[in-house]
Amino acid sequence: MDQFIQQMVNGISLGSIYALIALGYTMVYGIINLINFAHGDIYMVGAYVGFALTTFLHFSFFPALFISMLVCSILGIIIEKVAYKPIRNSTRIAALITAISVSLFLEYGMMYFVKAETRTFPALLPNKQINLFHTNIVLDIRNLYIIFVTISLMAILQYIIYKTKVGKSMRAVSLDRDAAQLMGIDINKTISYTFAMGSALAGAAGVLVGTYYNSINPLMGVAPGLKAFVAAVIGGIGIIPGAVFGGFFLGITETLVSAFGGSLYKDAVSFTILIFVLLVKPNGLLGKNIKEKV
Amino acid sequence: MKKRFCLLMTLLFTFTLFTGCTQKSTQASSTDSETIKVGLNYELSGNVATYGQGLSNGIELAIEEINKNGGVLGKQIEVVKIDNKSDNAEAANVSTRLATRDKVVAILGPATSGNTKAASPAAVQNKVPLISASATADDVTVDANGKVREYIFKTCFSDSFQGVTMANFAFHDLSLKNAAVLFDNTSDYSKGLTKNFKETYTALGGKILAEEAYQAKDTDYKAVLTKIKATNPEVLYVPGYYEEVGLIVRQARELGLTVPVLGADGYDSPKLAEIAGKEALNKVYYTNHYSSMDNAPDVVKFKTAFNAKYGKEADAFHALGYDLGYFFADAVTRAGVADSVKVKEALAATKDFKGITGTLSIDENHNPVKAVTILEVKNGEPTFLKKLEP
Repeated sequence: MDQFIQQMVNGISLGSIYALIALGYTMVYGIINLINFAHGDIYMVGAYVGFALTTFLHFSFFPALFISMLVCSILGIIIEKVAYKPIRNSTRIAALITAISVSLFLEYGMMYFVKAETRTFPALLPNKQINLFHTNIVLDIRNLYIIFVTISLMAILQYIIYKTKVGKSMRAVSLDRDAAQLMGIDINKTISYTFAMGSALAGAAGVLVGTYYNSINPLMGVAPGLKAFVAAVIGGIGIIPGAVFGGFFLGITETLVSAFGGSLYKDAVSFTILIFVLLVKPNGLLGKNIKEKV
Repeated sequence: MKKRFCLLMTLLFTFTLFTGCTQKSTQASSTDSETIKVGLNYELSGNVATYGQGLSNGIELAIEEINKNGGVLGKQIEVVKIDNKSDNAEAANVSTRLATRDKVVAILGPATSGNTKAASPAAVQNKVPLISASATADDVTVDANGKVREYIFKTCFSDSFQGVTMANFAFHDLSLKNAAVLFDNTSDYSKGLTKNFKETYTALGGKILAEEAYQAKDTDYKAVLTKIKATNPEVLYVPGYYEEVGLIVRQARELGLTVPVLGADGYDSPKLAEIAGKEALNKVYYTNHYSSMDNAPDVVKFKTAFNAKYGKEADAFHALGYDLGYFFADAVTRAGVADSVKVKEALAATKDFKGITGTLSIDENHNPVKAVTILEVKNGEPTFLKKLEP
């Protein structure tokens, strides 16, 4: 029993990381229907910005997190303006290919500047383990930070989208872009906001994961990016709580698969679930069969 | 259009032919030259560049010292250093080039087992001995049928030996009889070490309680570690490379798995302590070629000389390269002539060659019989624990 609870704790902590990255993914998709494959790499850039701030400029955790989010949102806006805007009205496959190129560009561009070697984060968060209920079950304080940040970012996003004017225009753009424009909504501005927010989330995830695992490299965004995409689809892409749900679901599934002897098959299992979800419920587990997204 | 393309291609090919010729004409003939040429086929760029650069730095220091002391057979040694870009195909090309165009007496390198295997056929074909100082795979000097590759040698111990040594160390020195194994399923190195460790350990009477696998580049190991912890092992064997091992050790300690962790030469990097953290690394032991904490007079002399030339601490790769330089010179001296076939015979007959990384003799499989060093990490610093003679 102890072992099962410990594995659930492990699964939730892994899931919170997926959920954090999936939030940004799902947000961009919800507004402009673009699968932003560069998202995982913005997350990597965020980790490096956090690394530079804390290692060379000796910032503490929260300032580093905020500056990193800011830098990433600017990067997100630039990427949107340079790479995605010119092809906004072309086919979806063209947008997808562009997204993959942007992703490769960020990965290898970063590798040119910072070299391929692994870097280690300074210890920013208190590295303390607590034993739950006086048993052998161990919980890492840093996991609580990650879960806390994920849940609060989700709440903030929900608030922005449903309670603010910017959110209203985002929802309008996602429903019908042309009609939104006719109603006087500035499409370019709205999409820029979306990218800024999505990329800021990726930046936050980068710093958090960097401090948690203590090692970053220019290709660190590839695997989590893919997993976060799976998580977003499982939860229903374009739905904010869906991304969080999908992240936790995927994290727990992978951990349980490893726990029951299939450590080598955990990726196979998660992608099988993805295929299954797409076949049975293409809108995701939390998706409704109506047109509204976000 | 097609015609024009053909013309272009023809021009291109002719051009490459010409460039080939011009390069060739600048090459000095080496049949009766004043120097003894030795080729360095190393990973000077690419993803394992640190290994290749480290080894060639060591070799160059050794050759410099040898030349300063009068060279070999009254001649100076000339180094022809070429980058194989950490690439299999390129390693083979460099080998061919060194053997046929530069006419070297022997080729030193490459660093990794994969590149060494790729570079070998060209050396065998041209009857030029090729010596690697760091290709630890078992099948570098012996082919799939168990036949020795005549011109291929190595001066580092094999992976199987590291696995066997660690099993003995865990069973006898640490007296721990229940082990768990966590290996990298994507690496031949890790799988080979696991196999040898398991065979020896169970033959001694030890028990393997759990055997789990991970994949290179994984970052979260808590699920498998929790599973391993539940079987209550006394010792954990993790034969892997430092990037993953650093994370594994750190996460194991966080989960309260505080048993000793054993490993092999893949742990040899300052990054290990950075990733895992100093406290987590206590009770970590690994086999290696050399320890910079070894205070034998020869080793101290080498460390001082290396520091004076390059301004940094010498690591295992520098030491292996340094030994390789002297090893080659020793064989040429004993051969009495700078002829690659004679040098090959001398290499095969090496007995009790004294180097920084231990005394070695070449066995019938062209592998060295050589001591292995066991290091214990204390406060993040690998410290010399003991040297095990074979």
